[in-house]
Amino acid sequence: MSVGTVKEVQRRVHMTLQVNGEEIDVSFAPYKTLLEVLREDLGLTGTKHGCELGECGACAVLIDGEPLLSCLTLAVECAGRAIETIEGLAQGTQLHPLQEAFADLGGSQCGYCTPGAVMTAKALLDKEPSPTPQRIKEAMSGNICRCTGYQQIVESVERAAGCCRNAEREAT
Amino acid sequence: MMRLPWFKYCAPKSVAEAAHILAAEGRDAMLIAGGTDLLPNMKRRQQTPATLVSLREVPGLKDVVNGRGLTLGAGLTLNQVVNLPAVKDAYLALHQAAGQVASPHLRNMGTLGGNLCLDTRCLYYNQNEDWRRAIDFCMKCEGETCWVATSSKRCMAVSSTDTAPALIALGANVRLVSAAGEREIAVNDLYQNDGAEYLTRQPDEILTAVSLPDLAGWKSTYWKLRRRGSFDFPILGVAAAVRTAPDGTVLDARIVLGAVSSRPILTEAGGLLQGGKLSDEAIAAAGKKATSAAKPLDNTDLDLYWRKDVVSAFVGYALREIRGDDMSATRLRIMRQL
Amino acid sequence: MSAKRPLEVVGQPRRRVDSRAKVTGQTRFADDLSLPRMLHCKLLRSPHPHAIIEAIDVSRAAAYPGVHLVLTGKDFPVPFGIMPVSQDEYPLAPERVRYVGDSVAAVIARDEKTAEEALELISVTYRALPTISSPEEGLANPQPRIHDYGEQGNIHRNQSYEFGDVEAALATSDHVFEDVFFYEGDTHMALEQQASLASIDGDGKLTLASSAQNPHYLHRQLSAVLQLPASQIRVVAVQNGGGFGGKCDPAGHEMVVSKAALLLGRPVKICLTRQEVFYQHRGRHPVLMKFRTGVTKEGKLTAMHLQTLLDGGAYGSHGPASTFYTGVLTPVTYELPRFKFDACRVFTNKPACGPKRGHGTPQPRFGQEVQLDKIAEKLGLDPAEMRLNMVTKANSLTSNWLGIGSNGLAECIRQVVERSGWKDKHGKLPEGRGIGIAASTYMCGAGVSIYWNKMPHSGVQLLLDRSGQVTVFCGATEVGQGSDDVLASIVAEVLGIGTTQIRCVTGDTGITPIDLGSYSSRVTIMMGNAAMQAAGRVRDLITAAVIEPLETTPEQVVMSQGRVFAADDPNKGMSFVEAVVLAETKFGTLGTVGNYSPPKPPGKFKGSGVGPSPAYSFSACVVETEVDVATGMINIEKVWIAHDIGQSINPVHVRGQVIGGVYMGLGEALMEEQVFRRLPPKLSNALVHKIPSLLEYKTLTSADMPEVEVILIEEPDPNCPYGAKEAGQGPLLPVMPAVANAIWDAVGVRIDEVPITPDKVLRALKLKRAGKNPRVGPEYFPEVPYPEPVFVLPPNESGDGKESKKPERVAANRQTEVTS
Repeated sequence: MSVGTVKEVQRRVHMTLQVNGEEIDVSFAPYKTLLEVLREDLGLTGTKHGCELGECGACAVLIDGEPLLSCLTLAVECAGRAIETIEGLAQGTQLHPLQEAFADLGGSQCGYCTPGAVMTAKALLDKEPSPTPQRIKEAMSGNICRCTGYQQIVESVERAAGCCRNAEREAT
Repeated sequence: MMRLPWFKYCAPKSVAEAAHILAAEGRDAMLIAGGTDLLPNMKRRQQTPATLVSLREVPGLKDVVNGRGLTLGAGLTLNQVVNLPAVKDAYLALHQAAGQVASPHLRNMGTLGGNLCLDTRCLYYNQNEDWRRAIDFCMKCEGETCWVATSSKRCMAVSSTDTAPALIALGANVRLVSAAGEREIAVNDLYQNDGAEYLTRQPDEILTAVSLPDLAGWKSTYWKLRRRGSFDFPILGVAAAVRTAPDGTVLDARIVLGAVSSRPILTEAGGLLQGGKLSDEAIAAAGKKATSAAKPLDNTDLDLYWRKDVVSAFVGYALREIRGDDMSATRLRIMRQL
Repeated sequence: MSAKRPLEVVGQPRRRVDSRAKVTGQTRFADDLSLPRMLHCKLLRSPHPHAIIEAIDVSRAAAYPGVHLVLTGKDFPVPFGIMPVSQDEYPLAPERVRYVGDSVAAVIARDEKTAEEALELISVTYRALPTISSPEEGLANPQPRIHDYGEQGNIHRNQSYEFGDVEAALATSDHVFEDVFFYEGDTHMALEQQASLASIDGDGKLTLASSAQNPHYLHRQLSAVLQLPASQIRVVAVQNGGGFGGKCDPAGHEMVVSKAALLLGRPVKICLTRQEVFYQHRGRHPVLMKFRTGVTKEGKLTAMHLQTLLDGGAYGSHGPASTFYTGVLTPVTYELPRFKFDACRVFTNKPACGPKRGHGTPQPRFGQEVQLDKIAEKLGLDPAEMRLNMVTKANSLTSNWLGIGSNGLAECIRQVVERSGWKDKHGKLPEGRGIGIAASTYMCGAGVSIYWNKMPHSGVQLLLDRSGQVTVFCGATEVGQGSDDVLASIVAEVLGIGTTQIRCVTGDTGITPIDLGSYSSRVTIMMGNAAMQAAGRVRDLITAAVIEPLETTPEQVVMSQGRVFAADDPNKGMSFVEAVVLAETKFGTLGTVGNYSPPKPPGKFKGSGVGPSPAYSFSACVVETEVDVATGMINIEKVWIAHDIGQSINPVHVRGQVIGGVYMGLGEALMEEQVFRRLPPKLSNALVHKIPSLLEYKTLTSADMPEVEVILIEEPDPNCPYGAKEAGQGPLLPVMPAVANAIWDAVGVRIDEVPITPDKVLRALKLKRAGKNPRVGPEYFPEVPYPEPVFVLPPNESGDGKESKKPERVAANRQTEVTS
């Protein structure tokens, strides 16, 4: 949807979204945020919500590679942008190193903040392959976790960074 | 799940087109850029514009022009501002301020212009509609009383922008464009001390760019007080910019306080420093002077008297950092900022 | 019967069984569920803190397009409540609202937005009543009563217990110290907002899938409220996105969607907003406390008189238990020959308080451990040494008749002292830097069920078949703590297989044996013991089936690493699957059950049911902090914590629970508070939650979290499965007092309340500079009309555990030292 002049309130919009590398046609009420469209109209409930006001980070997804909050992103503004959610992170049945590390090191307890945290960490490692623990804490400071006390999240991201670097080295 | 109200959405392709829509729709229309301030307010029904005019597809709002001084498009996200070497090198206060807004995700979304126009905040106002109904609303929105100062004739909501104090200290201007024309004003003149009508920007004006003067010879810094190392709005911001002679004599100094009033306050403390050195005594005097300008109230986080009490300490951190003291450990301890 | 072998699963760091689903986003939390034709529910909540509902008109809402049903209080004539003695809640308030946020009507519509729009069309006429905002106000104003039941006026619970003659002991003590402390209320803030989905199955029965920690109790309450036989209701506790006690109470919204589904024959879902989660609350009670503690000059406790005053909020909730817990565990850490404990819970017009991680215990532990620090200071003793010298002993009884089994507290203290470099630091760090210590204990499961019965507390059922698959059924609920992993680990350990070979089916009253739920740190111990019994019975069946082909005796059979073989000839063996085939051949379809009931409590007096537990965990914590003398700002540098876990089932996740407890404890120590605001009474009747949002309810972010060093003390407890004790609640408890004590060591000020905010520290520093008492905290403890105590002689005074007459004695007066 892209209009230059004001129309009356529409009850429904039709759009093509690019989610996890796939083009998906979807129709939704235009007041909906990306969070609502992902969860309610596309059935992608891996993306969570804890406040819907930008105060917790549970709904973080990647848009054009950047970690953003889907609860404060209008879905009508997402056409043509590459959206990545937790459902698209594993390659087939092969978990991403972050997923492996969060699972093995206790980075995930109840699991509710995990999708947002993992996606945020992915954006970090995509840009900075060797972040220090302090840098990880800073990058993850927009993801509230009520279970872990964060230490095991930081350890998981460090472990995954090492795995990604090794995989990179082997590939080259 | 909290839902947005119904609204009309339009995405103009130029500043002129956006200005035209604003002129036609009047106060019922609001601009949306990053959405990190407006959308929570809409979900809580603090603001319910009938029309959202998106700036996402307007070209030029992310332009960076590096000439004499620096011009930044208002549509740059805060993280884009943080990552500009030109900002970090010459306008450190802006780099530090933008880097401490909210959380990493919100800095990827929120824009420089949006942070400058950030709605004033108050614990009686930034609440859901049913909460506000339970207090019979307040002067800023749908009610009559300012609950934080019940005899006040004006709204006492707090200016909570981090970048404005920094930009005022840096002597920046903003460009405002409307269907009727455009004007450039000092950032300091963008604000007025009224929590409800806190901007001098007209509803039909679009803040398109921020221009920073050439500040060769100046040093600047921003110190933020908040409870946690992320998410929180400032409950005190101290921006300082100082120009010194080679012998360390202060030629010019500006000290600006944020989050202790309905607008950022350019204090008189800077004037005290002129002509002298940044000695401990001069810094203490500036801190004292700045403290007298701070008017915190019980409508944000933490104790209001304490917030006034620590103004002097924060002014001290800022000026000592400008003097060249190594303040990195203090910065990390207080602000979790490297 | 089979041969012993080293542990293979238990104690090994392992990926927990539900991790993969969590990291792939496949875990379905309650709000992730959806069903065809599902409708959505929103609640209308009271804007008044205390009012009579004079009229409700829902006609406009009911007529709004897209609305299917509107419910009000008259649709729910039967009250409920988690405890049999406090059935004081209604799903929708019928005639009176008691706090801002009390629900009064529900709209069920095609989508949430339509339901929300229709709420605006309901008109309610209220008649406002005077409000009570604090226990002190509640004591001073018996009228109007918030509830027409309870002890008297607005007092909900009021009680007193005395174990030995406390005044007599205080009178002969070398010193008596008196201190008053305050612990502010706070909330669980699980990241998942509660959601529930009710539907009618093909067979006409009701299924409720919900974010619930205790599906069994919810099942009973639903049956009562809906007036429907429990056999017609199935409660599924979906994986919870954190609980911490906040999803223990049956909640009104769960009843509302159930009723709506029954009336409409369609699935109905509700998901609370974050603000509504703050209203649902049931979190930490604000508690004012007074300690009068006698000590010898060597620093040993002689007696303690503890008084507590709880702000209960608007409903009973777990309040009767919470009231007990503000005292009963106090004597478990250090030898305390005599103990008197008075407690009073008052109703106020605020969301109801209830159980949060540590249920009632963090408050008195904070007071006790800070007071001990003051006593050590006064007596010139090292606070760590003083504690070490009086820790309770293993296999002992406390003065209030709690039976302690294994006890690793001394080792916990020694470890944190050693690792933190305590001896080189305490009292020796430069101004502005300090170190503090504190210790605590917690139950491993409540010894008595919430409603009286003699049935098991946990049941486990195992199903095996010739494919080799093992399915374990248990009513225990995964709230994020890892209970499914504990269940799988214990079964796997017994059967010598891996946890990945096991399927857990849990928290479903329709298909799993009853387990009382995820509360009181009971799951590992109770579910674990039941699982061991069930798995042991399977092991015995398999053993009996293999001895013939293996030509061995039952004592020689080993089940290990997926094989079954004879210990004396390991080459002679078979796979686990082959062994199961033999067992199914010999015995027919394979299934076993196991169950667990805790031992009978040693106390025999009325009220002795709160506090007993099959085992107690112990923790000690050292905190090092920096305090800025110019601003009072606090920076926690590092935390060392030793936890007596008995035996780790999965050390990765025990460590996670411990660090998570420290994190939440630091939040409570420094910033978390569920607080309310009353507007100027001459202008407004409002009494509102001050900060019902994740932005303003402050919790630590990753940027604020200091390093935590965890030391696990493993002294297996004979009452526990493989000796494993709890880790979910205990490690939080010593953190708050350790922070307060570290701040004293850093800058010489006492903050006798939490949260300890920088403004309080700076205020105390200013008092110190002015030569005044450098303390910020409550100034006095009000007059509370506590009843005459129930008197019980302690075990070491030849008591029999029953109530008795207090012995006569000569009154003696003694000067009390005020330590603060």
